[in-house]
Amino acid sequence: MVKENSPAADHPATLRLRLRVWRQRPGQPGAFEEHELPAVPTSASFLEMMDLLNERLIREGKEPVAFDHDCREGICGMCSMTINGMPHGPLPGVTTCQLHMRNFRDGETITVEPWRARAFPVLRDLMVDRSGFDKVVQAGGFISVRTGSAPEANSIPVPKPVADEAMDAAECIGCGACVASCKNGSAMLFVGAKVTHLNLLPQGKPEAGRRAVAMVRAMDEAGFGNCTNYGECQAHCPKGITLDVIARLNRDYLAERVRAFFASTGKPRRGGD
Amino acid sequence: MGKPTLLGFLVSFPMSCSSCQCRGLSSLAKKAIMAVTGLVLVGFVAGHMSGNLLYFKGPEALDAYAKWLHGLGPALWIARAVLLVSVVAHVWTGIALAAENRAARAGGPAVEATRRASVASRTMPYTGIVLLGFLVFHLLHYTFRTVGADVAAAGDAGRVHEMIRLGFASPGVSVFYIVSMALLCLHLSHGVSSMFQTLGLRNERWRGRLDLAAAAYGWLIFLGFAAIPVHVLATK
Repeated sequence: MVKENSPAADHPATLRLRLRVWRQRPGQPGAFEEHELPAVPTSASFLEMMDLLNERLIREGKEPVAFDHDCREGICGMCSMTINGMPHGPLPGVTTCQLHMRNFRDGETITVEPWRARAFPVLRDLMVDRSGFDKVVQAGGFISVRTGSAPEANSIPVPKPVADEAMDAAECIGCGACVASCKNGSAMLFVGAKVTHLNLLPQGKPEAGRRAVAMVRAMDEAGFGNCTNYGECQAHCPKGITLDVIARLNRDYLAERVRAFFASTGKPRRGGD
Repeated sequence: MGKPTLLGFLVSFPMSCSSCQCRGLSSLAKKAIMAVTGLVLVGFVAGHMSGNLLYFKGPEALDAYAKWLHGLGPALWIARAVLLVSVVAHVWTGIALAAENRAARAGGPAVEATRRASVASRTMPYTGIVLLGFLVFHLLHYTFRTVGADVAAAGDAGRVHEMIRLGFASPGVSVFYIVSMALLCLHLSHGVSSMFQTLGLRNERWRGRLDLAAAAYGWLIFLGFAAIPVHVLATK
């Protein structure tokens, strides 16, 4: 008799799956393509499952499915698949590469789509152009002073709670799942994470307000939507970034706009009006 | 790409043109407008409901309150102007944001999955539009008094209590008011907490508390407003 909680009971060694994969060529409309996979090992990651499909497509002389991937250990932010409507799939807190096939049922139909947002146009199949994020970072995701070589670690004291909060925000890998999960196609969680990370630390403080305003402007220009506080981004973020970073972005942005509005106009010129 | 709609085009055109992506106001500025005008309206419904509850104190109390309100003169007109500006800005910005967000979503995924977004948050534009319709009807009904001659006669004579009883004597009108207030409850249960987030005055510790406070406020407003048409129908 098989014990109820043994892996063999609910997880066979292989799964029979039906995949609905989005196929799209540059400049053309896309469509779903169906594939049967008779024996996917449950130990395979989602990307390895896609590799199995591609190996078969190549053997059959067909075009493999294009998808982004790099480190395959959950830290680079390249993999980007919407699996059954969920960016990075059904398991919270992991990227697609860290999602294993044991999280799916035998006989299941899995729908795989690219990130869907106006600001992330599809390049091919499951690959999207995420340069909108680069534009946001170019607008303010940096410290504009010469930093030289690495300074002595404790020369600029940073209180532990501040360092922790900045580090939590810095965990953002810029994968874009926040945009893909947002029903408004908004990038507020990403922008909030970058602003929080830099604005909290002493090196980033002098430019905090300017950074928030510049990054929001770049975000708007890249065609991302507006936040309506759904919270879907937090629920889908593989790194568990919270809405706290969005509140901080809102706070820093509004404070800077108020400060700029009432900024000193300087001393009156001698002899002038 | 998102499905373009005539309504979406008409309202988004003056604030942002999707063709060149040059937006008049930033995303966060528009959100701040929603929060601040929302706050004005949240305060207004509380005041309005408190005044309404004088209905249960009897005709003299309610009619006297109405007379006092009308006697405020310039203060009344300033309040009306602030409310009008708030409503127009809230509705206009809200519709523009909804249209922009629809376009930014580009149709969304073929399979739609929702992990956390509440029903209230996902229906904000729809509850908002119904509430705008309700507001127009409500003003025509009791302020401009163009719906029903008996209601108008009682209102013109300053007999507010009687005007309310006549107005809510129609079950259709009463049900419309009660349903609208239920939608207002839903709208507030997201809006009141969201307002704090938009102004940067929320964190994960306060989110739960503010969500609860927003839901409680929504229910309070619903019960306070709905009690009157319910009472009128029950004692007709």
